[in-house]
Amino acid sequence: MSASVLFDAPGPKARRRAVIFNILGGLLLAAGVLWVYMTLAAPKVTAGGQTRPGLFDVSRWDVFWTRPEMWPVVWNGVWSTLSAAGIAAVLAILLGMVFAVLGSSQSTWVTRPTVMVLEFFRGMPVLLMIFFMLIVVVKGAPFWAVILGLAVYNGALIGEILRAGLKSLPRGQREAGLSVGLTPLKTLLLVEFPQAFRQMTPIIVAQLVVLLKDTSLGYIVAYEEILRTNMNILASYFGSDYIFSFFFLTLVIYMGINLIVSWFARYLSKRLTASKGAKPRAGKVAKGEDGPLEPTPTQLIRAIPSDAPIQSSEGDRRV
Amino acid sequence: MTGDEMTLVLQTLLDGFLVTLSLLAISGLGAFILGTIIAILRISPVSTLRGFAAFYTEAIRNIPLTLVLFFCATLLPQLGVDFARTFGASTHYYILAAIGLSVYTSPFIAEAIRSGVNGVPFGQAEAARSIGLDFGQTLSLVIMPQAFRMTIPPLINVFIALTKNTSVAGGFAVIELFARGRDLVRDFGNYAIPMLLGVAICYLLVTIPLGYVSRVIERKVAVLR
Repeated sequence: MSASVLFDAPGPKARRRAVIFNILGGLLLAAGVLWVYMTLAAPKVTAGGQTRPGLFDVSRWDVFWTRPEMWPVVWNGVWSTLSAAGIAAVLAILLGMVFAVLGSSQSTWVTRPTVMVLEFFRGMPVLLMIFFMLIVVVKGAPFWAVILGLAVYNGALIGEILRAGLKSLPRGQREAGLSVGLTPLKTLLLVEFPQAFRQMTPIIVAQLVVLLKDTSLGYIVAYEEILRTNMNILASYFGSDYIFSFFFLTLVIYMGINLIVSWFARYLSKRLTASKGAKPRAGKVAKGEDGPLEPTPTQLIRAIPSDAPIQSSEGDRRV
Repeated sequence: MTGDEMTLVLQTLLDGFLVTLSLLAISGLGAFILGTIIAILRISPVSTLRGFAAFYTEAIRNIPLTLVLFFCATLLPQLGVDFARTFGASTHYYILAAIGLSVYTSPFIAEAIRSGVNGVPFGQAEAARSIGLDFGQTLSLVIMPQAFRMTIPPLINVFIALTKNTSVAGGFAVIELFARGRDLVRDFGNYAIPMLLGVAICYLLVTIPLGYVSRVIERKVAVLR
């Protein structure tokens, strides 16, 4: 946030004020953290009138090292979550490709129904889709219900993303494909699709992070993913003293996995932006660009304004 | 299925739909207030608050909604948050779910607002400054009107996601549309598909019009650019 353009450079008085506000803000935050700490550390009175030690007491955490037999159960939960997410991701991408191909067909008789089906799948909660799979399709196998529900819902979203990617490609790509004698379908699959896919990779990976987060919905349909194994199996087995510790463990595991995948998504998008190649239509530089293709003369002309110095640092020249 | 049962089913769906709508309204409002505060902190000149807002956004966005609602429904009462005594058990879970949905949605709102403000080109502020407007005038006459317009489509998209997310509350003792649907499937097992279709249509009644409005506004903003 370069606020400096909104007002003159701060003088000594404004700078002093900034320091004071900074300290005040820091104190406010510290007070908040202290309040949370005190709330958590205060001894708990249970419904039966007994007093339990606060949440930072060793007796609330010692299960992690005195009972190592719990860890295989935890790993089981992690594996259930990751395997469901992995299979669902693969299916979702495949389904998304099918939806994208159907959605960019030349015939309205194909695109209209596809668009309607996509709207239908995208508009309803993914939990409802999982539940539908559980009741109607796989009849009581939560593992496949979670996978199919997530795959259909995210497949619709990825289909929409890929369709947008196909639309943003320069027209010349399709014309070139057709003029070297490829059929429309082959042009789509061999020329346009690979570029659209690469362009949209960062968005697709971001969607896959959402998919990973949504595997936790398996908790509601009794699939034994990490939240269910930790809370319903371990926490209830070792007693309610450890319920916060197990929740904290679940939180750390989820955030860890998500941060790794998010970091990977950011790395991918940076790598794809760095490579040069065919520029998408509409004159503005998109985030993902295609690698090996040499830009055509038309594209070079189109690309000129975006390479001109006045817009070169578009990314950070924002208010 | 007899006519009476038909009426019962429709009545049940309507009940659930109304609970979902009110949950959407309340948690939407809560998320909007919380998200606006976070967005203001995020662009404020005070670096400690800015850091806190960035941390909050990153942290909450990486926690699944199910975990947030689990925390609200199961662990908050253990920390002494109890609405059951004053409002009764069902309202207790309703409020807890509304809190969870608000907190979960707030970083997305904050990001939508921030992206709107960031989307105003730098030159707009420069132009405003160079014709002699001061800070307040620049912000209120030039930046904010544009930022506000650009914020609406992403905000609507956040509310669409929130509509769908209210269904997760159905897994945590809130009797809203999804939970009603689950009960209907249990009671009328032979009609599972039409029941679930009915539930889906109720959700689509909210999400599709909202999506349409969002697209129309987005196109209008694009024309103005």
